[in-house]
Amino acid sequence: MSLIVKDLIVDHGAIRAISGVSFTVETGKLSAVIGANGAGKSTLLRTLSGLNKAAEGTAHWGEHNLLHGKPESHVRSGVSHVSEGKSVVAELTVEENLDLGALWRRNKKEAAETKQQVIELFPRLGERLSQRADTLSGGERQMLAIGRALMSKPNLLLLDEPSLGLAPLVIEQIFQTIRGIVDSMGMTVVLVEQNAMGALKIADTAVVLNLGSVATSGSAADLIADPAVRAAYLGY
Amino acid sequence: MIQFFNMLLIGIGAGSIYALMAIAMVLVWRSTRVINFAQAGMALLSTYIGFELVQKTGNFWIALPLAMVLGALFSALVEILLIRTLIKHSTSGPVAGIVPIIATLGLLGLIRACIGMIWGNQDIQIQPPLSKVGFKIGEETIALSPMNLLVLLAVLGMVVILGFIFQKTSLGLSLRASAYSPEIAQLAGIRVGAIRTIGWAIAGAAGAAAGLLQTVNGTGAVSPDSLEFSLLLTFGFIAAVIGGLESLPGAVLGAVVLGLVLAVVQIYISGTLVFIVAFALLLLVLLVRPQGFIGVKAGRRA
Amino acid sequence: MLKKHPLVGFALFGVVLFLLSNRVDELRVFQGATVAIYVIAIASIILLTGYSGQVSLGHGALLAIGGYAAALARIHWGAPVWLTFCIAVLAAALGGYLLGLAAARLSGPYLAGTTLALAIGLPSIANQFPLFGGEQGLLYDIGMPPASLGEDFTQYKWYFWISSLAALISIYWLRNVMNSRYGRNWKAVRGNDVAAELAGINVGRNKVLAFTVSAGLAGLAGALLAMTISTVSPGAFPLALSFSLATGAVLSGVTTLGGVMIGAVTLVAIPEIVDTVVHRFETSENIANNLPGLLVSTLLILTVLFVPNGPVEQMRARHEKRAKR
Repeated sequence: MSLIVKDLIVDHGAIRAISGVSFTVETGKLSAVIGANGAGKSTLLRTLSGLNKAAEGTAHWGEHNLLHGKPESHVRSGVSHVSEGKSVVAELTVEENLDLGALWRRNKKEAAETKQQVIELFPRLGERLSQRADTLSGGERQMLAIGRALMSKPNLLLLDEPSLGLAPLVIEQIFQTIRGIVDSMGMTVVLVEQNAMGALKIADTAVVLNLGSVATSGSAADLIADPAVRAAYLGY
Repeated sequence: MIQFFNMLLIGIGAGSIYALMAIAMVLVWRSTRVINFAQAGMALLSTYIGFELVQKTGNFWIALPLAMVLGALFSALVEILLIRTLIKHSTSGPVAGIVPIIATLGLLGLIRACIGMIWGNQDIQIQPPLSKVGFKIGEETIALSPMNLLVLLAVLGMVVILGFIFQKTSLGLSLRASAYSPEIAQLAGIRVGAIRTIGWAIAGAAGAAAGLLQTVNGTGAVSPDSLEFSLLLTFGFIAAVIGGLESLPGAVLGAVVLGLVLAVVQIYISGTLVFIVAFALLLLVLLVRPQGFIGVKAGRRA
Repeated sequence: MLKKHPLVGFALFGVVLFLLSNRVDELRVFQGATVAIYVIAIASIILLTGYSGQVSLGHGALLAIGGYAAALARIHWGAPVWLTFCIAVLAAALGGYLLGLAAARLSGPYLAGTTLALAIGLPSIANQFPLFGGEQGLLYDIGMPPASLGEDFTQYKWYFWISSLAALISIYWLRNVMNSRYGRNWKAVRGNDVAAELAGINVGRNKVLAFTVSAGLAGLAGALLAMTISTVSPGAFPLALSFSLATGAVLSGVTTLGGVMIGAVTLVAIPEIVDTVVHRFETSENIANNLPGLLVSTLLILTVLFVPNGPVEQMRARHEKRAKR
């Protein structure tokens, strides 16, 4: 199963947020999407998960057409999106937030097993199951958001700026965890990040977006070495 | 002493009816973030349907649950036709916040007009199923009749059942999540549209119960222009606000408080001042403690 | 030319109305007076909701305050008519000021619900204190038209003239206010009150000001309304009135003054249309009584769903879109 995006065009009212973006992510790989603020990274993820409507182009996850249908249906095809900013429901408890991700699943026993797995992955969440989500620290909230996404048993994980607002140590942990998910579960991940260096270090491939189109793409190692990329996004 | 006790009973009795209405409004608010001014109108329609059912079946106990089911269906229909259209055509710009309010008000007028056209504007009578004569304690008759007791039990039952649904079931979790963060709920795979419809359906059932019970608990007469329904509309809203729109127990508490305050005014001061006092209470709560007695969040920017 | 000298436009319109009033029968003249009154009332709502973004469902109550103030002034002080109108404006403005103080802290549905509660509750005060004449209400008689206008000048024509003159003056004045610094401030508040505050506009004070001015206008409309039926009573200002006015405002296009005639005329036209329909087809009494309500509500729902900014604004937007291409 691969994620294949071709000639995607997305409009935000009168503004063309994404103009002709194409890229592919092979199964089990982590692809980083980096670029400056406003480059269209979030819009890209939101279009892939069904929150935004595309004007033209195609996007497929395996056989499944991502541009048709409501977000709820994409979840049932294995796509899980952790949106930018507050991706946990503050008013619910940690446990309820996790349960949320599995509500649609028919097999309750399997869902319970997944919850166990998520708690093993994020033991801190296990300690705080009955606390309200808004009492968690930033890093814990991000873990909860990813945990919630994992509860849907996805095979494509879309992560929007998980490092935003977090302390460097925590960012390191989160990135390691994400890489771990790819390696141990064979998850396909699209990781949108402003923290270009951190993202590239754990990615297999990467796409650089600029003003809504692909500036360059390739393997993560190549991009780290690319002088233009280094100057623009890596700071050296 | 007995008068004070009676006043308490009257207050709680009235409050329990407002509580049902308040519950309906809070349900809609929590599942859709809309204050449905047409709630009382829908309750009115359900009451008329209940009236027809009582006529046909001769049995209030069959009519009540049936009316609640039909009320639920009608409410779901409204959500599908009106609210989804509202969301689809939602504009930005200055009027955006006002549109749902005006739309539900329009619906209120529409329902009242239709009721008038079908059944006429005269009062119709519904026979109460239980005695309205107060229980006797020794020599005294207190202001609690079997009918009152039924209403109290019905409200209590609904609060318990609804509370259970909301807090302990998957449906309840979906309802809460869809209200707090519809986007996250969608991304978690919840069919937010269908959930919202269910929320409205439950509210419709609660409203139907409120309308029917209020009618038989009162004079038994109801008409499209009746005072009782203006009361139901206003006091249900006020009760919901006092309790803080976010919680069901809060709505009930708010309704009881309102009922008691109004009973005091009615008995010790004057019956006609009831509306103004309710209005003053509403203002007081909104200005002093906007999140209501139970509410936790501050910030009332709807 | 008319755009540059709006005063000329208004004056011309006034002359046209004068000429018209001599040609049409009494019923039309009376309806004309009602249209003029609705114009003022709807304009007051447009000011409040369209310009400063606050919802009021209780304007009927403000009209009532104006009407009662005018009647009381006439009865107890024998005030001349023009003075009673001024008192009506002031009394309602005071009410609006107080309401505005509370309203500035509320938003959206809370404000709507509160004003709704007011609309339901205020008329009941009339029944509480004998000063207000209870259910029957009070007499409000402005007297016969002056002899100088000739013998043919009927009472209704007199009402029409007064109402139309009041409407013309009010709209002209309101238009100037909307285009002034105050109007711009209100628009800023309506758009985004946090941004407005940051831009140095005192949001609270502006909201209260908008409420006060809006209420004053509503009070004038209330006094004029009382004039045309020669009474004030709780029954003259029912909840339905507040709803009708809100509907009229939405039909006119809540954000701009331009379409205010549309709403006013529609409100007066609907009972007319219903009457005709009822007489053509023999409908039952139930249907006849409720058809106006049905039409108004349906119109309201359709308008607010599909043309929420009003037909005038919709056409303007379409015009601009075309111009951009």
